[in-house]
Amino acid sequence: MTTTREAPPRHRAAPAGDADLATLLLRLGDDALVLGQRLCQWITWAPTVDEDLALSNIALDLIGHARVLLTRAGRLDGTGRTEDDLAFTRPERAFTNVLLAELPNGDFAATVARQLAYTHYAVLYYEALAGCADPELAAFGARAAKEVAFHRLHADRWTRTLAGGTATSARRLREGLERVWPYTAELFEEDAVLRRLTASGTVPSPAGVRRAWERAVADVLTGAGLTVPAPAWTATGGRSGLHTEEFGPLLAELQSVHRQFPGGTW
Amino acid sequence: MTAPTAAPAVDADASLARFEELIAAGETIEPRDWMPDGYRRMLVRQIAQHAHSEIIGMQPEGAWLTRAPSLHRKSVLLAKVQDEAGHGLYLYSAAETLGVDRADLLDALHHGRQRASATFNHPALTWADTGAIAWLTDGAAVINQAPLCRTSYGPYARAMRRVCQEEAFHVRQGYDLMRALCEGTPEQREMAQDAVDRWWLPAVALMFGPPDTEAGGDARTAALGAAVSRRALAWGIKRHTNDELRQRFVDTCVPQAERLGLTLPDPAIRWNEERGHYDFTPVDWDTYREALGDDTHWARQRVAHRRAAHEDGTWVREAAAAYAARTDDTARGEDG
Repeated sequence: MTTTREAPPRHRAAPAGDADLATLLLRLGDDALVLGQRLCQWITWAPTVDEDLALSNIALDLIGHARVLLTRAGRLDGTGRTEDDLAFTRPERAFTNVLLAELPNGDFAATVARQLAYTHYAVLYYEALAGCADPELAAFGARAAKEVAFHRLHADRWTRTLAGGTATSARRLREGLERVWPYTAELFEEDAVLRRLTASGTVPSPAGVRRAWERAVADVLTGAGLTVPAPAWTATGGRSGLHTEEFGPLLAELQSVHRQFPGGTW
Repeated sequence: MTAPTAAPAVDADASLARFEELIAAGETIEPRDWMPDGYRRMLVRQIAQHAHSEIIGMQPEGAWLTRAPSLHRKSVLLAKVQDEAGHGLYLYSAAETLGVDRADLLDALHHGRQRASATFNHPALTWADTGAIAWLTDGAAVINQAPLCRTSYGPYARAMRRVCQEEAFHVRQGYDLMRALCEGTPEQREMAQDAVDRWWLPAVALMFGPPDTEAGGDARTAALGAAVSRRALAWGIKRHTNDELRQRFVDTCVPQAERLGLTLPDPAIRWNEERGHYDFTPVDWDTYREALGDDTHWARQRVAHRRAAHEDGTWVREAAAAYAARTDDTARGEDG
């Protein structure tokens, strides 16, 4: 009797469309996870207890979005990785979040500026996803857009408050906006993956919501007596795993306990 | 402080009689009702200490938010820390119905005139500490606080009903976190046991406080503590003695620890058939005299953290106040 020696089961290759969709879901999931992680760093350090509560609530929604997106990405890419495999065992270069999400928090005004940029984009893009043919993704888009709409109200309110508060708060907010604005273009980047997904009608492209985003943030900023920053440069790299140096420590902290206990169950 | 102005003596006697009648009938005292100054002061002190404990209690667990080892646990811990901020806020609101201001209470915390529970003057050293805190410290809090849902002051009782519901959920989550560790690798079990070894006695001792009859310190402070406790029971602010609640806590935890396969760090724990309770080693209050004081690394660190966050946020609060004043002015301008 001969024993057939089979190679250990390797993950099956995902169909091309699934692999592209998995790539997109991983990007969006990483955005939510990494931004959620940054907001976690605020908790107990916020300017008021009410803000500790608000920021933890927002972080909780973002981690919730990351869980849905990463779980589906791991199913679609054929590797069968779970949300935790993806969050806690990938190295820095395998993360595909935008650099905006990983920027160190800075002061409260810089965090508000980042929240303003991200929430306006996320509501628009999630609303666009709500109209896509994939029922699971459409349902996620509809639910997440509603949740991020609350985060957007929070960012809009603080933008008006800091702009119209004191000279110090207005200055800090302007500095925060100048700091984060070069990182906003990356939200709307389109590459071959997105072009294929858009061409096949699977999902709309984030590039499609750029105009609406520009109008929306301009309305809030000009309404608050501010001008929209016009950065002389734009950042890129996150979608291909080229991160800031600050990303390594963020990820090391996120993964530390999980990695300390190989084979652990939580 | 906007305590009602003193009424004439005859009315004061009638008011006190009415107050005592309400307490005796088990009715609640409401903010508009007359109440003795001592009752008001005792409530402010207790509610503020409780609110401060919620806010300071966010620190040991909040420090692990960025390191939670699964996204599920991260979400659960975020929800818990968020609840604690919420509890602090309802309790400050309850205290405000007694004529004090939240900002003044926070100021008292930041400058050492009021304190949070000394339980949190211990560090959360590993991930398992977040489970031990939720299971044991929150478990002790639920036992302490469940009777406060029927405390005599209405706004406090109503705040506590909401707090207790959420706290009970935290205890279940903490137990579940510990169960996952105990069912995990030997290293995970070891981490769980170590956390219980460090959090058991602080929960038993500090979450309930010294026995009502013999408070720590000298004879004078002991007598004073006992008198305050009797007064709190008579006024229906407290419903049970510290020792009754401590026993109830031990009786609840021992079977839970057995189910988890964890050893509570007290060799004297055994079932006493006659009493119908578990025996345990009486708390050595000398051990805790130090932990109860302000001069420990962690007591200082907790308050310093709160103060630093508050000071860093000054410009934000000033901006919010200025913006609110301006937008209110605009609104008044439009009305006028």
